[in-house]
Amino acid sequence: MRRRLGYEGVAVTAPVTVPYVRYSTHGAHWFIGQALRSLVKTAGIAKDDIDGLTVSSFSLVPDTAVGVTQHMGLSPRWLDHIPTGGASGVMSLRRAARAVQAGDADIVACVAADTNHVDSFRATLGSFSDFARDATYPYGSGGPNSIFAFVTANFMRRYGATREDFGRIAVAQRANALKNPNALFKKPLSMEEYIAARPISEPIHLFDCVMPCAGAEAFLVMREERARDLGLPYVLVRGAIERHNAFADDPVMERGGWLMDRDDLYAQAGATPADVDFLQPYDDYPVIVMLQLEDLGFCGKGEGPAFVRTQRLTHDGDLPVNTSGGQLSAGQAGAAGGFLGMTEAIRQLTGQAGARSVPAARLGLVSGFGMVTFDRCLCTGAVLLGSPS
Amino acid sequence: MTMPLMRPKRKNPVLRTPQMNLPPGARGRVALGMTAAAAEGRFELQACAECGAVQYPPREACHRCLSADLRWQRQSGAGELLSVTTLSHSNDNFFRERLPWRLGLVKLDNGPTLVTHVHGEVAGSGARVVVGARLDRAGQAVLIAFPPEGSEHMADDKVLREMTSDPKLRKVLVTDGKSPTGQALARALIGAGADIVWLGHAEPWKKMPGFAEVAALPQVTPVALDLTNERSVSELAGEIGGKVDIVINNAEVHRTAGIAARRGTDVARAEMDVNYFGLLRLAQAFAPALKGRSADGVLNATAWVNILSIYALANFPPHGTFSASKAAALSLAQCLRAEMRPAGVRVINVFPGPVDDEWNQNLPPPKLAPSALAAAVVRALKDGVEDVYPGDVAQEWLARWRENPKVLERELAAGGL
Repeated sequence: MRRRLGYEGVAVTAPVTVPYVRYSTHGAHWFIGQALRSLVKTAGIAKDDIDGLTVSSFSLVPDTAVGVTQHMGLSPRWLDHIPTGGASGVMSLRRAARAVQAGDADIVACVAADTNHVDSFRATLGSFSDFARDATYPYGSGGPNSIFAFVTANFMRRYGATREDFGRIAVAQRANALKNPNALFKKPLSMEEYIAARPISEPIHLFDCVMPCAGAEAFLVMREERARDLGLPYVLVRGAIERHNAFADDPVMERGGWLMDRDDLYAQAGATPADVDFLQPYDDYPVIVMLQLEDLGFCGKGEGPAFVRTQRLTHDGDLPVNTSGGQLSAGQAGAAGGFLGMTEAIRQLTGQAGARSVPAARLGLVSGFGMVTFDRCLCTGAVLLGSPS
Repeated sequence: MTMPLMRPKRKNPVLRTPQMNLPPGARGRVALGMTAAAAEGRFELQACAECGAVQYPPREACHRCLSADLRWQRQSGAGELLSVTTLSHSNDNFFRERLPWRLGLVKLDNGPTLVTHVHGEVAGSGARVVVGARLDRAGQAVLIAFPPEGSEHMADDKVLREMTSDPKLRKVLVTDGKSPTGQALARALIGAGADIVWLGHAEPWKKMPGFAEVAALPQVTPVALDLTNERSVSELAGEIGGKVDIVINNAEVHRTAGIAARRGTDVARAEMDVNYFGLLRLAQAFAPALKGRSADGVLNATAWVNILSIYALANFPPHGTFSASKAAALSLAQCLRAEMRPAGVRVINVFPGPVDDEWNQNLPPPKLAPSALAAAVVRALKDGVEDVYPGDVAQEWLARWRENPKVLERELAAGGL
């Protein structure tokens, strides 16, 4: 395979969050509008300076990104609609970076937003995909809970993971969340409470599940010089990978596409996992965090349980993981859940993470995981972000 | 081991009868191929005619070679349970009302991974299973993992009972007890553990052979029922409609003539009056009661069986007007099925070949014994299928009809069977 073009000279900046709420009577467009407004304000640019746009949202239907342009009075010369949930952050950044490098756009706004009405989640489940409608929703209608219960139960059986191991991830992320003013969960979570939580879909219990909510996350992608001219704190893209429907012949999901491409990722950055100061993995369920620890090379296959027993995962720990609290403790604002790690990583590397800062962080890894259409997640991706030296 | 189903306690008359919340019934057009096979009791998956890959969920192209030539292929269902979960939470009312509910992830020996319901006798992950397809209460195919060998009472499993209409402990109306088929049905239902069989008889003063013996069985209660008389039908519905769990309509008039052999329309009218309008009267009187009790505990109202005829598919000219009345009844039965679906009551259409009775005396063998027809009906109730073609003649007609209905029409017109 031909060696890919690097991501040199691409800056990622202006991380914004439209505060999460459990339920909202607003539509997805409202959250997109507020995210764009916040981007413009944060970057000190005019609305019309945005000449590229990516939109990620589930609740935007039947609209797509193009409808958003008219709704918001934008006239971009480059547009992408990226409805890939947990992988949308990485995928949006990769596409936007190439557009900027090629000169197809100067400033790309990457926006992920979803609203959440009282019955939105249930209504989404049965119509999430053809396969979900035909082959999973009629089976108990548990949504992703039952699929990840299969994945978790299998992982426990194969590799000896215990509920406590997953609990370590949930408890550490809650500790991080308590220092994130935007996190919806405000109370500490103890291991005892995690273990005692009511079962949802055995072995998945309440605190293994994310809470759906409404909100938005967004950032800007532009050339490094432009960010410097605007006086914006920014990070650089050191490497990026993406893979879909990896290991399709595995009868049950035990590994993700990161494993196929991680050597490429680290080679782009000239780095190793040991150089990574923090990890923002997609965390729809703790088992998926554990898969990313393994498949992104922080430990070997099946060593995830032992890794979390010895490593502290809080923002001030050995390997800080999901320093915002992640979706497990901040809330899952639909597709914005796929952007949460990205905005958090930008904040960490630009000194905007406040009380939850990772000391002296220079290199962060953001990984995405999205779209359970049948029995597994299909999209994986990862980005290494670094401080400008 | 499945615990045998026990007679539930008498229900509290003060409480509202629970109403049906169907499981999710939406399916794409391709996926309905699995439902079509399950409706006849088969588990079929898509297989690629070019490369042989078997795939699931159903889709529009072969995932291996991209061929569009995909055929539905019968599956043995043998596989391994990879992972299992017990739901304590569901987003859907049907399951919410039935929690906890067990689900499995199964790898079939020939490739695909499936999400399935799990029979209670299947042990944990790692167990060998046999996957079968059943129609759920929404009338759509779902997969269920069975143990390779079940125990005596495996039909009483809570999950499986949601997909079947087992007559055990249930109350059944058989509309005509005077015919050999009606009497065989009563005996077969009693053999399957039915609680009560109401056996209809029109014109009670006419004594028919065998009726008195069957009527004397302790589970049998003879009831006056004349399907040509709306008043008779609604009076019986008023009396037992709120208790019937299964209706089996076997009443029919069968005369052996086409168009030219008779003058006038009296006989054809009599056939239509029972075979078509009789079904319509019965359905108008009894269907609302069944629908109202379709979620009424473990002994809910569950099924409606129409004894049609294989001649409903294509006219058999020597029995031409009878064929026409059965074709009309089939069409109405499809309407009834659609109207019963929202309540989750299954409509089973039975298409026997010639039954070995007085009106088929001149037809050559093989002819279907009334007891064999009755056994097929009970099996259909237990298996939860929707369309049944009992006997060799019916099977052959069905195969020919599916292969080419026009060729079958020509053969029948030429005097063929």
